[in-house]
Amino acid sequence: MFQFIFRRLSLVIPTFLGITLLTFALIHMIPGDPIEVMAGEHGVSAARHAELAAQLGLDKPLYVQYFDYVVGILHGHLGYSLVTHDSVMHEFLTLFPATVELSVCAAIFAIFVGLPAGIFAAVKRGTIFDHTVMTMSLTGYSMPIFWWALLLMLVFSVTLGWTPVSGRIDVVYWIDNVTGFMLIDSWLSGEKGAFISAVSHLILPSIVLGTIPMAVIARMTRSSMLEVLSEDYIRTARAKGIAPWRVIIIHALRNALIPVITVIGLQVGTLLSGAILTETVFAWPGIGKWLIEAISRRDYPVVQGGILIVATIIIIVNLLVDVAYGIVNPRIRHSR
Amino acid sequence: MKKGLAALPLAMLAAGAMMASTAQATSTLVYCSEGSPEGFNPSLYYSGTTFDASSQAIFNRLMEFKYGTTEVVPSLATSYDVSKDGLVYTFHLRHGVKFQTTKDFTPTRDFNADDVLFSFNRQRLASNPYHNVGGGSYGYFDDMGMDKLIKNIVKVNDYTVKFVLNHPEAPFVANLAMDFASIFSKQQADQYLKAGTPEKLDEDPSGTGPFEKVQYQKDSLIRYVAFKDYWKGKPKIDRLVFSITPDASVRYAKLKAGECDIMPYPNPADLKQMAKDPNIKLLSQAGLNVGYLTFNVKKKPFGDVKVRQALNYATDKKAIIDAVFQGAGTVAKNPIPPTMWSYNNSIKDYPYDPAKAKELLKEAGYPNGFSTTIWAMPVQRPYNPNARRMAEIIQEDWAKVGVKAEIVTYEWGEYLKRAKAGEADTLLIGWTGDNGDPDNFLYTLLSCDAVGGGNYSEWCDKSFDNLLIKAKRTSNIAERTKYYKEAQVIFHKQVPFMPIANSTVYEPIRKVVKNYKINPLGTHDFEYVSKEN
Repeated sequence: MFQFIFRRLSLVIPTFLGITLLTFALIHMIPGDPIEVMAGEHGVSAARHAELAAQLGLDKPLYVQYFDYVVGILHGHLGYSLVTHDSVMHEFLTLFPATVELSVCAAIFAIFVGLPAGIFAAVKRGTIFDHTVMTMSLTGYSMPIFWWALLLMLVFSVTLGWTPVSGRIDVVYWIDNVTGFMLIDSWLSGEKGAFISAVSHLILPSIVLGTIPMAVIARMTRSSMLEVLSEDYIRTARAKGIAPWRVIIIHALRNALIPVITVIGLQVGTLLSGAILTETVFAWPGIGKWLIEAISRRDYPVVQGGILIVATIIIIVNLLVDVAYGIVNPRIRHSR
Repeated sequence: MKKGLAALPLAMLAAGAMMASTAQATSTLVYCSEGSPEGFNPSLYYSGTTFDASSQAIFNRLMEFKYGTTEVVPSLATSYDVSKDGLVYTFHLRHGVKFQTTKDFTPTRDFNADDVLFSFNRQRLASNPYHNVGGGSYGYFDDMGMDKLIKNIVKVNDYTVKFVLNHPEAPFVANLAMDFASIFSKQQADQYLKAGTPEKLDEDPSGTGPFEKVQYQKDSLIRYVAFKDYWKGKPKIDRLVFSITPDASVRYAKLKAGECDIMPYPNPADLKQMAKDPNIKLLSQAGLNVGYLTFNVKKKPFGDVKVRQALNYATDKKAIIDAVFQGAGTVAKNPIPPTMWSYNNSIKDYPYDPAKAKELLKEAGYPNGFSTTIWAMPVQRPYNPNARRMAEIIQEDWAKVGVKAEIVTYEWGEYLKRAKAGEADTLLIGWTGDNGDPDNFLYTLLSCDAVGGGNYSEWCDKSFDNLLIKAKRTSNIAERTKYYKEAQVIFHKQVPFMPIANSTVYEPIRKVVKNYKINPLGTHDFEYVSKEN
């Protein structure tokens, strides 16, 4: 098992180097000048432009900037935002809990709806239920997030008034920022109604963000289950008179889960990138919105640092997924 | 049991919503702002978003703009005297002004001359220990020419300060009412410097303004409470919350749902519906801005005034107002907006007359027109909500007189950089006023000094420039008005740029909000606002 993990880890270093080089190259390749963006219509004189560039280290040749950046990473520094002058790591840590909270809730929604829907569709193959689930998941999969978010918002928040429009908690609750996770902070605050308000603010964004992963999980579960259900050992189990639900859950599902887990792992990337749109629509203070803004302002350190951290997370999650296979299916551990 | 469980979340939501609405009934004003501030020091940044969150809420200045107007009145100064030569301004400061208490700073003295000296010297003197804190770039201060204008600032006594200038400059007093001139607490600055944490001054400053900042969560919200010792008396609302909502449609949804009370920058397409909503009042006001198209006079054929005039005749501005502004704007004829003093209304705009345009082009030696480019901004601005569309209309209009124009656009930073380098033939751009003074438009956009900066036409006309300089040197408003009106006549004849539109600013508010006024300078001020229960 350790050897397996070690093997996977050794791939991580070149991946990291690749990511730093790619983000650095891409953000510097698109035209634009952070100093000009900051000054807007006012503009800055050539002399002040040079002065500011020197101050921000933007006057150095690109390879020196890249070298400084990599050395910084090795020392654990991701640099400072050109706009707010705050450290990239600090900004990330303030915003990341919001993204995690939203992504976890979206993942819970996706798994708890997608998995049973997929199982039922497989078991009731060819019935109206199966067709309905598959049509809905295809629709969900092709849904433009932005439009879907605004639609749900208009129906449930504006017209019906069931859920709040946006934000993380009602403005009447003045919650101290302890962990950065609103669900926990509102609970800790002990303020009456704060926790419920935090939950209600999570409902629509979680559904919106979880829709695509949910659709993918449902479809994957269905096809994987169908394959397993036609295996001989399932027929044997049924023949032995085992209760139908036991056959499905214990015998079939466990084997059908492997591709599903892969998909769930891959969906972490979808969740983090989908969070960009969802966060923008629901004014959710997470890293998606932060990165988009940094790109438009050419805030190089934020873009480079932010993407590096997100990529790291995706790599770690994928590593965990690989390890999880090993647990679910021991055969994977031993093969090369 | 199953039914009960299913109903639980809904019941919880309803309960949450009810609790929220009752609590909201206390005087909490929610402003759905468009973005996160870059920081809380208004002298380090340019954006209105930062000014709303810092200078407007937390700080005061020596002078201020009277609520909802561009009239400059004393604030932390009670009065000022100007020396005969216009070089020395003596400010008499207000007594008994308290600073706010922050998380780790408790003021022990009232506002005095030391605070004024600190706030300006930080920006102007490299020797000030705070000068390099927070990037050390005071763009606005420098842009307004304050670095070159102020020779010295002298503390006469605790409540008297003298500003000595290098040359007479009438707009100086209006500049002191601008956001970058906010007054910080020197005592707080000293405390942080001693503790080795000077950067904290820009994160959590103590001001003398109407609201104290309590909490800021980036991209989420900013919370303020009314400052109970505010020298003008405690504001009517107890709490002020900026709910940061970047998307205009979402801001509107929140306004409709009662989750916010005031929203800035609505989508033009939503205005009709907003006006019909019984809970919403749609405020509007002519914006202090102008959107225009520059002609680079250094480039052929725009050095010829006949060509510039011809293209004015060839452009149907009315059609632009209808298509691009959807009616939320008026045709501009002067380089300053009509709400500004000294606006020369006797000037007659060039009518839409393609025949006349062709005639002028022929006289200029271009009977068959010529080829050129129109640069269109990639961003939305109040003075130009859709530059691309505007460029397309102009392109069509010019094609009718034989001028073939290609539309060019770049990313915003790149656009500005190239424009300043004089690369554009014709360029869509605009300006929103900073201080209500005509000098802020005319000198910034058209003076010889501004070539290579805000003067994208690169037009330098000595007679025009002299008038602007004369107007700077006197503080007599009647005299200044005369100079500016004359300058506008020269501008009209020379048309270094084609004024296109003055937009109308809209701000929908909930009807429970009382005494809110749109600030013509574009920032948002909640000091005098109250809310009905």
